[in-house]
Amino acid sequence: MTDIIGYFLITVGILFDIFGCIGLVRFPDVYNRLQASTKCVTLGTIFLLIGVAFVSATGTISAKAIICAVFILITSPTAAHAIAKGSYASGVKLWEESVVDKYGEDMKK
Amino acid sequence: MRRSIYLVLTFIIWILLTWPFADGTVDLQVVVAGIIASAFVAIIFHDILPKEHHVFVSPIRIFWFLVYVPVFFYYVTKANFDVVYRALHPQMPIKPGIVKIKTNLKSDSAITALANSITLTPGTLTVDLTEDGYLYIHWINVKSDDVEQATCLIAQRFEWFIKKIFE
Repeated sequence: MTDIIGYFLITVGILFDIFGCIGLVRFPDVYNRLQASTKCVTLGTIFLLIGVAFVSATGTISAKAIICAVFILITSPTAAHAIAKGSYASGVKLWEESVVDKYGEDMKK
Repeated sequence: MRRSIYLVLTFIIWILLTWPFADGTVDLQVVVAGIIASAFVAIIFHDILPKEHHVFVSPIRIFWFLVYVPVFFYYVTKANFDVVYRALHPQMPIKPGIVKIKTNLKSDSAITALANSITLTPGTLTVDLTEDGYLYIHWINVKSDDVEQATCLIAQRFEWFIKKIFE
């Protein structure tokens, strides 16, 4: 039973990872791509790791998988924030059809 | 106090990673090495670790944290379906932009938690924050560029929980 749940979670995780990568290719600029990569890939990888924890079903490997999941949950949004801020600071423009840019307006003041 | 809390936390992570209790005995070598390593981390790095160490020992805050986890997970899953929908839709229905929101949270850890929660949830990505409590959010589908309304739509549902946990 735990095997079935585990493989199901791994499948869902891989699907999310694939959709995240499709988003990464299709979206027009750095910031939108970061949206796709942080959200889908974070959740996909966490699903994968929880699936691994279920399939292995032994204390040590499960504990390691869960700890990895927690660390990914903490570090991946932080990394996305750093990349977004860094690319804005180095002058990467928003997509030309973007609606509003409060950050740029406030930086000029 | 702060050092001992971080010593215990680091040691728990060490034990979970190395698991010295295989085949019914305790591997003392690993345990001693773990104590030395976590003492090292706690003494040297306690300055840069979060200052809100009381969070780890207060039952009420841990309770609110445990309530927050499923709520957060619900929003993360919703966010994922939203982004997947936008990524796979042939016309790509996105309307991106950077908006500004205001937060009332004060402590560093609370603002970090809020920024990370915002990044992982529906169509929003924290770009920068200012000293006086404003966050700049990249929003994949801008519904409002007004500061108050955007705060209401993006941050409010997390702020309430994070205030209970950290402040």
